[in-house]
Amino acid sequence: MLVSIYRYNPETDTAPRMQDYQVDLPEGKDLMVLDVLQLVKDQQDVTLSYRRSCREGVCGSDGMNINGVNGLACITHVSSVVKNGKLVLRPLPGLPVIRDLVVDMSAFYAQYERVKPYLQNDEPPPAIERLQSPEDRAKLDGLYECILCACCSTSCPSFWWNPDKFVGPAGLLQAYRFLADSRDTHTQQRLSDLEDPFSVFRCRGIMNCVSVCPKHLNPTRAIGHIRDMLLERGV
Amino acid sequence: MVTNITSLGRNGLYDWLLQRVSAVVLLAWLLFVGGFVATHGDLNFNQWQGLFAQTWMRVFTLAALLSLFVHAWVGMWTVATDYLTPLALGGAATWVRLGFQLISFAVLITYVVWAVQILWGI
Repeated sequence: MLVSIYRYNPETDTAPRMQDYQVDLPEGKDLMVLDVLQLVKDQQDVTLSYRRSCREGVCGSDGMNINGVNGLACITHVSSVVKNGKLVLRPLPGLPVIRDLVVDMSAFYAQYERVKPYLQNDEPPPAIERLQSPEDRAKLDGLYECILCACCSTSCPSFWWNPDKFVGPAGLLQAYRFLADSRDTHTQQRLSDLEDPFSVFRCRGIMNCVSVCPKHLNPTRAIGHIRDMLLERGV
Repeated sequence: MVTNITSLGRNGLYDWLLQRVSAVVLLAWLLFVGGFVATHGDLNFNQWQGLFAQTWMRVFTLAALLSLFVHAWVGMWTVATDYLTPLALGGAATWVRLGFQLISFAVLITYVVWAVQILWGI
């Protein structure tokens, strides 16, 4: 199989380039894309750089653009993405490349930090724990599971154009996770921080985020809920 | 909170709601005028002039014109702040964006005033 990988080393290269590798896949096995990268690195080119850790879709380190679609290399079967016997791997779009498939995620993390992704409660802490009904707890399902791989935000054109102003789908999913939490008392302040023309309203609902999320979450729906909360408060 | 002073209402929710309300008004006007044309196969000048000479039609059309202004301004402002940014254009982006926004505004306000003049000149 032909594997074409984006290569860029800012210390030696003046411009990025695509480098082709011929990889012989073992018979009777459907490898993950991460396994293919490992084969290239072990057998052909030790200078190839990419992030990886858990290799089972939990850590979110190996988000990359696989044949044009963002995904986690470790849980993407080669057979599900390869077209015409060719696998094309590029870094996540829209973020500065540090080297090869490794991107600088600072802008992504800055937006995550902006939504204050932690519980804020001004009431005195109870002796044991802050209780929540099963119904209220159920509201957090589909929100807390995000692993911050950045596949969604880097597939979003609004985030490409305004990474410093638009929070992006990953950040907004977390924003709603705390807006929806019955134990959080800063709901009004959180909403006020989001009602400008960029933070939430740059979402045009094209749902790229939903189609690429490796955890099958739905940031567009969460953004819709935030808009509903803002509307309820503002009308 | 991101500050911006050239968006219509300086508030995302306000712009978002206005764009949707204005879209409904525009659709209603287009459907009505389209329906009028479709049901008047032998449409002539007198019928057309008679329609627009009525006060309610002028008010309806003015509402559609103002909706067009609002809708297009929110849209053009969004285009300007999506594509005419330092990421795309470097240091000159602010002046290019401001110029684009001023021209868009001038064109839209001209359309509205000109159309009012036509409407009440019938």
